[in-house]
Amino acid sequence: MNGGGHSLLDLGTLDRLGQGDSAIHRIDARAKLAVTLAFVLCVVSFDKHAVGDLLPFATFPIVLLAVSGVPVRFVLRRLAIVAPFAVLVGVFNPLLDREVVASVAGIGISGGWLSFVSILVRFALTIGALLILVATTPVPALGRAALRMGAPRVFVTQLLSLYRYLFLLAEESRRTLTAYRLRVPHDRPPSWRAFAAILGQLLLRAVARARRIHEAMLCRGFDGEWRLIATPRMSGRDWLFAVGWLGFFAVLRLVFPAHALGLLLVGG
Amino acid sequence: MSHHRVVVEAVRFAYPDGTWALDGVSFELGHGESVAVIGANGAGKSTLLLHLNGILTADSGRIVVGDLPVAHGTLTHLRRTVGTVFQDPDDQLFMPTVFDDVAFGPLNLGMPEADCRARVRDCLERVGAWHLRDRPPHRLSGGEKRRVAVAAVLAMSPDILLLDEPSTGLDPRGRRQVIELLRGFAHTKLVVTHDLDLVLELCPRTIVLHEGRVAADGPSRTLLGDAALLERCGLEVPVAARPCPRCGFAPGLAEG
Repeated sequence: MNGGGHSLLDLGTLDRLGQGDSAIHRIDARAKLAVTLAFVLCVVSFDKHAVGDLLPFATFPIVLLAVSGVPVRFVLRRLAIVAPFAVLVGVFNPLLDREVVASVAGIGISGGWLSFVSILVRFALTIGALLILVATTPVPALGRAALRMGAPRVFVTQLLSLYRYLFLLAEESRRTLTAYRLRVPHDRPPSWRAFAAILGQLLLRAVARARRIHEAMLCRGFDGEWRLIATPRMSGRDWLFAVGWLGFFAVLRLVFPAHALGLLLVGG
Repeated sequence: MSHHRVVVEAVRFAYPDGTWALDGVSFELGHGESVAVIGANGAGKSTLLLHLNGILTADSGRIVVGDLPVAHGTLTHLRRTVGTVFQDPDDQLFMPTVFDDVAFGPLNLGMPEADCRARVRDCLERVGAWHLRDRPPHRLSGGEKRRVAVAAVLAMSPDILLLDEPSTGLDPRGRRQVIELLRGFAHTKLVVTHDLDLVLELCPRTIVLHEGRVAADGPSRTLLGDAALLERCGLEVPVAARPCPRCGFAPGLAEG
């Protein structure tokens, strides 16, 4: 909680990356959001034993990473942090499903192992793609895109306000914690009692700030309706990006080129 | 042009805990005047400001902005006429990007989008912040935030500007930029501040508040040279109005 550099989400880094500039950053947020959602849907829609058919989908995150300049380490590190959840979801599959469904070089592979690996691959692909989306798109643009694509206004407004004030809240908590640290002789984390007091402080400050923000909004004619200026139309390049990737996913999903390729190699 | 005038008459206001924040405050602002409100902490300065933009309602007394009294029915008109720049720009810049924030007011006033874009650009250029338009507010420096906050208020084209501590928390250069910016505005201005040197630069007239009452109202150069008055109200003579520590030469503010 002190440095912020190693926290789970590390919003600071994510935010900085999102403000970057590359061919991917410049693509309209709507195009990126639609393509990423389609990607996630395609990946999760495969049969539970699918592994080989999923692998070609890695093209999408790999190309985006290469073009956008988002550090691979950034994505890998975050995947590693969330990986235990995916492992937990699939870890019992090999024990429960022992039926051999395939064999490689004479070694039988059970359905359980296949589905376990499949879960891990899906996890890496989907979470990776979402991370890349957020790392190449400023959050405000993302919110706007979600709004244009029919996400509930209340929800998006909440999200954008959260984004706006999260950094401020983090800064305030950091200051409060520093003040605490400087007045205790040891370097242990705050006791529950002190922690409760600190949290209470933060809550009071947040409430006071919320009141001031509301006053500022009223002063500028706020009447309950949250208005945003419409985004410009998507350019030819944005459409190309969207249609190109959607077509690519459709081919991978419906034609199974990996499967066909495999059969070709085996000579079946 | 009587409509840029502000009249405050015997305004009293008590907070729910019973303390009188304003205890019979009266003054008038003429069209185009630039007036400072100074006073110690708790003198009622910010409370006064919140009355002029209709956030708080006086328990008794009367406030007239332009030709209309401040009342529930006139709030929409009032908020179009009076622009408030709050003390903490983080409270004021609540939209996800600078551009959206400046557009917030005009859109609420029902301005068509094309006009609104032009207005946002114009206002951001006036404060020298057009290049910041796509930034989220948390990626701005203190001075940039303050200038954007001013632009956001200008975008509603108010006749009267209320400024709460416009120089607080700024480094000397940021403070200088804000002072020069404000100096360039022809609006009627009311500046609440502890920065008495800023008062000498920006406001020919000063109102001193003390315990919810007007302790003095007159030319800044006279009042800010009055050590006894300032001392009594929890303030002190600003550096620019003090005699030279070496030769004892007094800048002669009283005549200025």
